[in-house]
Amino acid sequence: MSDTQNPVLDNELPEQTLRERLAQIWGTSPTLWGWMTTVDHKLIGKRYIITALVFLMLGGLSALTMRLQLGSPDNKLVGPDLYNQLFTMHGSTMMFLFAVPVMETIGVYLVPLMIGTRAVAFPRLNAFSYWVYLFGGAMLWIAFFVNSGPDAGWFSYVPLAGPQYGIGKRSDIWAQMITYTELSGLAVAVTNIVTIFKMRAPGMTLDRIPLFVWASLVTSFMIVFAMPAVMVSSTMLILDRLVGTHFFNWAEGGDALLWQHLFWFFGHPEVYFIFIPATGIVSAIVPTFSRRKIFGYPALVLSLFAIGFLAFGLWVHHMFVTGLPRLGESFFTASSMAVAIPSGIQIFCWIATLWDGKLRFNTPLLFVFGFIINFVLGGLTGVMVASVPIDTQVHDTYFVVAHFHYVLVGGAVFPLLGGIYYWFPKFYGRMLSDTLGKWNFWLAMAGFNLTFFPMHILGMMGMPRRIYTYPAEMGWGGMNLSATLGAFLFFASFLLLAFNIARSLRQGKVAGDNPWAAGTLEWATASPPLPQNFTYIPMVTDSEPLWATPEPSVITGLRADRREVLVSTLVDAEPDMLEGSQLASIWPFISALTISITLLGSIFTPWAVVWGAIPIAVPLIAWFWPKGTKEEES
Amino acid sequence: MKAARDVSGLPRCGFGPRTLTWWGTLAFMALEGTGFLLAAGSYLYLMTLAPKWPLNAPQPGHWLGTIVTVLLLLSVPLNKLLDKWARAQAMPKVRIGLIGMSLFGIAPLIVRGFEFAAINVRWDSNAYGSVVWFLLGLHTTHLLTDVADTLVLTVLMFKPEGQNGRRFSDVSDNAFYWDFVVLSWLPIYFILYWLPRIA
Repeated sequence: MSDTQNPVLDNELPEQTLRERLAQIWGTSPTLWGWMTTVDHKLIGKRYIITALVFLMLGGLSALTMRLQLGSPDNKLVGPDLYNQLFTMHGSTMMFLFAVPVMETIGVYLVPLMIGTRAVAFPRLNAFSYWVYLFGGAMLWIAFFVNSGPDAGWFSYVPLAGPQYGIGKRSDIWAQMITYTELSGLAVAVTNIVTIFKMRAPGMTLDRIPLFVWASLVTSFMIVFAMPAVMVSSTMLILDRLVGTHFFNWAEGGDALLWQHLFWFFGHPEVYFIFIPATGIVSAIVPTFSRRKIFGYPALVLSLFAIGFLAFGLWVHHMFVTGLPRLGESFFTASSMAVAIPSGIQIFCWIATLWDGKLRFNTPLLFVFGFIINFVLGGLTGVMVASVPIDTQVHDTYFVVAHFHYVLVGGAVFPLLGGIYYWFPKFYGRMLSDTLGKWNFWLAMAGFNLTFFPMHILGMMGMPRRIYTYPAEMGWGGMNLSATLGAFLFFASFLLLAFNIARSLRQGKVAGDNPWAAGTLEWATASPPLPQNFTYIPMVTDSEPLWATPEPSVITGLRADRREVLVSTLVDAEPDMLEGSQLASIWPFISALTISITLLGSIFTPWAVVWGAIPIAVPLIAWFWPKGTKEEES
Repeated sequence: MKAARDVSGLPRCGFGPRTLTWWGTLAFMALEGTGFLLAAGSYLYLMTLAPKWPLNAPQPGHWLGTIVTVLLLLSVPLNKLLDKWARAQAMPKVRIGLIGMSLFGIAPLIVRGFEFAAINVRWDSNAYGSVVWFLLGLHTTHLLTDVADTLVLTVLMFKPEGQNGRRFSDVSDNAFYWDFVVLSWLPIYFILYWLPRIA
């Protein structure tokens, strides 16, 4: 208690001593134990991103296998059963294990740095979320390698996935993978919302929040309101399969369309969980490489909100061919087209910024150009399929496959790649090679378009998605071959990125704090950042703080003998309270482990939930129970 | 380094919307509330499709559900007081309040056990039974976790570790969450027991 009476404050120490002391307090021990117990958002963010990129590789390899099979007519390389597993694994991996997690958790790394704080609001919940995600993803892929990979498509429609037709444990594995990933996604979303609401550096009023952080906030809110839908529906699916409920069984009063409504109530917003953070990345890169402030900041923020709201009113456009009432179809056509308006406003704001800027054509900006071109193409076909007559014609054809790859890869993966080139120096302290980066970009651009553009035409020619082969007489061979060659080229672009990363980690040019002369706070700290992020919490006076004042003035008076964060007010970001921040702990890992084992067990017997209750409760209590550390003092 | 402001005089403990945990609790309520809404929506969706409701089952016996509702409503005043005592950091009263709230949590949980039998339909009888069990099960999970949380807090506040502003803040947040458990039950109670009778 004596420390509480006489705590050491940061302004009592010389800057150098304070920096070293905080680095020790906030640091992670370089041991296995340190690695397992850390709650540092930067380590967890990096871990998430690397794991998601591994899943991207796996998802990519499953796509390449499919492309090899489809490269020529009547091919016998892959049989129908494996093909079903492959497209399901590809879609599920890309959506649930790569795109959503990577887009959400770039924010885990960057948001605290961008808003000028030292940690996320709930560091242990954040650590817990990673382990749950890892175990869920590992379960899915281990199941695949023992011939139990899900095979009913990434949206797992009933009755195909239900107890009547879904054989073995394949659909259960899929449904439970949902529980893991959504649990982790929700935990990150809650952490992120509270971090952005309550931990912004003093002076970061609403109109000074970086656009990437706004995007991250809107995404987190969407996750909170959308992910429960898929948790409810996948739980119902498991119950139908395991204990004989009848949610989706028509013969006993259930309904297959209930699945579709619940799934797409989540599934459509999910596309925007992926796209909105990507727009945040673009809004970070564009001003830096245009050397001017972003054009239309309020319009961009309002567009994010508009997309967030509208995304919840579109889900039925995935169900146009299920025989809905005419009025419903008209409403959802209108709302689907309406989402093009805020998206268009964003595009015009970026173009206006670029138009008036002094451009630097480094790799991140090239990927932004790639994004604009590819995403606009995907957006245009999106307006086409929003119309019921066109959708009815091209539903379940390769036209739709082309459309959503343009939107998702063009709209999210291109900005992500730009973001990797942009922030890599911050993460690792070294620059990626710009020359290799440009090769990477052009290879990706060529490979991507060669793969997916012909699919528009294949779809128009009637080629259905999810077929494992086709006869030569259909005349689809040439364009399928182009798609296959393109897919290998696209894959090669990722191998080039991997090479660039491996090489730059050792030989890359040392970056310094702010190699791009950018304006937001993450560039105010060292590269890679110190364990405490900031030795002094900065005072924010502008939306691009480092452009306004290269040496921002700072806040003092925080304790220098414990992990302490400044809690501010929601709207004005006025300093309001000081709170101890959680120390490293093994309990998040153990909780994630016991929950994962219980979820896995529940695929086989409902009693697993009962027996698992105690092993789940004990580590959760241990996690919560006070340990008498300085961080708990009030 | 130019110091713009000294914050050393700020409090290191707070209650309600000033704290991080309160906002975290609110966010969890939002997502769990969405889960309740969607489950209730599924009930209504299946109901509109069915030729009659309840589907091939007798009306659910409402008395046990009504007792749970009454118990939950009766707990609200004490819960409010507990929140007030926690904010005042009045330890003896907080301890009494926590014991009271533990009992107010355990009592409806016991009745809930029998309530499952009184709804007169099994989960595997038909879609009506499935969705009724789902709604009741979803709420029971919330009841169970909050009661467990309350019990842990009760034990904690009888230990020396409890004498800490942040633990009082935890008690206040737990009271906040209990309001959610009570409030979320009311529409479910109406849907499960009275909607089939009205319809």
